[in-house]
Amino acid sequence: MSVRRLHENQPESFAFSEANLARVNDCIAKYPPGRQRSAVISALWIGQEQEGWVTKPMIEEIGRLLDMPYIRVLEVATFYTMFQLSPVGKHNVQVCTTTPCWLRGSDEIVKACKKHIHDKPHTPSADGMFSWEEMECLGACVNAPMMLIDKDPYEDLTGEKTGEIIEAIRRGEQPKTGPQNGRHSSEPEGGPTTLTTVEEKV
Amino acid sequence: MLSDKDRIFTNLYGFRGADLASAKKRGNWDGTKKILELGPEAIVDIMKKSGLRGRGGAGFPTGLKWSFMPKEVKERPHYLVVNADESEPGTCKDRDILRHDPHTLIEGCLVASFAMRAHVAYIYVRGEFIREREALQRAVDEAYAAKLIGKNNIHGWDFDLYVHHGAGAYICGEETALLESLEGKKGQPRLKPPFPANMGLYGCPTTVNNVESIAVAPTILRRGAEWFAGIGRPNNTGTKVFCISGHVNKPCNVEEAMGIPLKELIEKHAGGVRGGWDNLLAIIPGGASVPLIPKSVCDDVLMDFDSLKAAQTGLGTAAVIVMDKSTDVVKAIQRLSYFYKHESCGQCTPCREGTGWMWRVMSRMQQGNAKIEEIDLLYEVTKQVEGHTICALGDAAAWPIQGLIRHFRPEMERRIAEYRAAAKAAE
Repeated sequence: MSVRRLHENQPESFAFSEANLARVNDCIAKYPPGRQRSAVISALWIGQEQEGWVTKPMIEEIGRLLDMPYIRVLEVATFYTMFQLSPVGKHNVQVCTTTPCWLRGSDEIVKACKKHIHDKPHTPSADGMFSWEEMECLGACVNAPMMLIDKDPYEDLTGEKTGEIIEAIRRGEQPKTGPQNGRHSSEPEGGPTTLTTVEEKV
Repeated sequence: MLSDKDRIFTNLYGFRGADLASAKKRGNWDGTKKILELGPEAIVDIMKKSGLRGRGGAGFPTGLKWSFMPKEVKERPHYLVVNADESEPGTCKDRDILRHDPHTLIEGCLVASFAMRAHVAYIYVRGEFIREREALQRAVDEAYAAKLIGKNNIHGWDFDLYVHHGAGAYICGEETALLESLEGKKGQPRLKPPFPANMGLYGCPTTVNNVESIAVAPTILRRGAEWFAGIGRPNNTGTKVFCISGHVNKPCNVEEAMGIPLKELIEKHAGGVRGGWDNLLAIIPGGASVPLIPKSVCDDVLMDFDSLKAAQTGLGTAAVIVMDKSTDVVKAIQRLSYFYKHESCGQCTPCREGTGWMWRVMSRMQQGNAKIEEIDLLYEVTKQVEGHTICALGDAAAWPIQGLIRHFRPEMERRIAEYRAAAKAAE
């Protein structure tokens, strides 16, 4: 278990933007009538996207929207570790360090994050552009080591490559996502050993 | 070796389009209506005869699971829930299905829902798979637009399919925790019984299946149970997507026949072990939860449920994590202990307290800062956690440590002796 608490400094208020409120309502519509609380994770995601992190007024507002007691939303927000309970950098770098990534050198990726972002995880860099954290298995093990920046995975990394990607984003560029060693996705490096003779209908 | 014409996921690597038109060219959505015309009983029967065992780790026969659903829909609707909360360390097969071959899954959802008389299905995608979820949603939207699914679709079975998003909790891969999460709660597993087939999502009859189990169904139904059952070995049939990670020259995902020898799998597709086969130390053959096996076992073990069980490990999700002789094997398992400590949902005391305790002792074992007797104590504690929790996370936390002690006890003892000698010298 990881113990997670709300941040001590909370903003005064929270309101979904009009567009985001519409997105929340779209999510509610996926579930049967009366089951609107199924949309709580989606609502928290949308709130986090808007504010950068999950705030107490946001939790209260989502409780009102979904007709849930405050405590029920709070326990969801604290249980699921992708919800940031304190302010993070503009871009959050999530580094996988579980065994398959560790075997292939995730220590180097962590080192690069410390150098290019901050010594400590969960702490915004001096320019506020980045923060980083260690994650449990991100599910791209055959492309290890890897990290997730905001929504995009960067795979087959080295320490050096990690630094280059972070600095490119800092300059406002969008680096190539996915594998960084020239392969397309999860096929063996140098070309696939299978699926070379797939028949397609014309 | 399996030939390409017998592979189900023909766009596993995404070299071809994931869109509907491209998927149709590869044979998806071909004669789906004819499959539905067989009727629910015949579909379940074919699935049973194919011998397909669930691809999410436990290996429960899929057709049998489907047959547990009530035969008639009464006042409570039926649901299919697809488990795309792929989080088992080492496993990244469903990810490729979601982003590169999503129509195999969507067609499978329709067929499986029809067989279980469900008009609604949810696909629960793990929080970290953001781009994968977007890719899946695009494919679902296409299927709706083409009237393949939805109300009044061309297949004559009203069917709504929704993509649901998680937020980073390994435990939600456990089926009842997943249902709790889908209902908007903390993902804490439920006591069973009642089983989901009686009381699942919103208290209604529900079946939860892994992505791969559902995605292979349409091809099995098109090509026949005999075709699928003819691949692999009895009781371990069909094809399987293997994920080969760690110390190999070319880590990759690959769809192969069940029962392929582990050595052949690694040498043929993953470019062999780094430094050659003789440089191999140990392999975790089925995702983080299963015990590791040393090289002597890896030499001739077959990759299927029964062979690996006989070798005191398991096929799990078929995620092969390879460790060569440079590996600090105690650290490798200690890192997994941290993973389970982090991911324990906190509901059952043996797991909540035990995972933390095991991780702390494993951290000392890694340094050698322990007593020899503590190895037995650690083993004893893993036995007290195993089997004493609501779900299998406690077992999953215990097994890797048991495997380590079983096969690498001399290494643990050596470290302890070394640490003590160093401490004595310092005095």
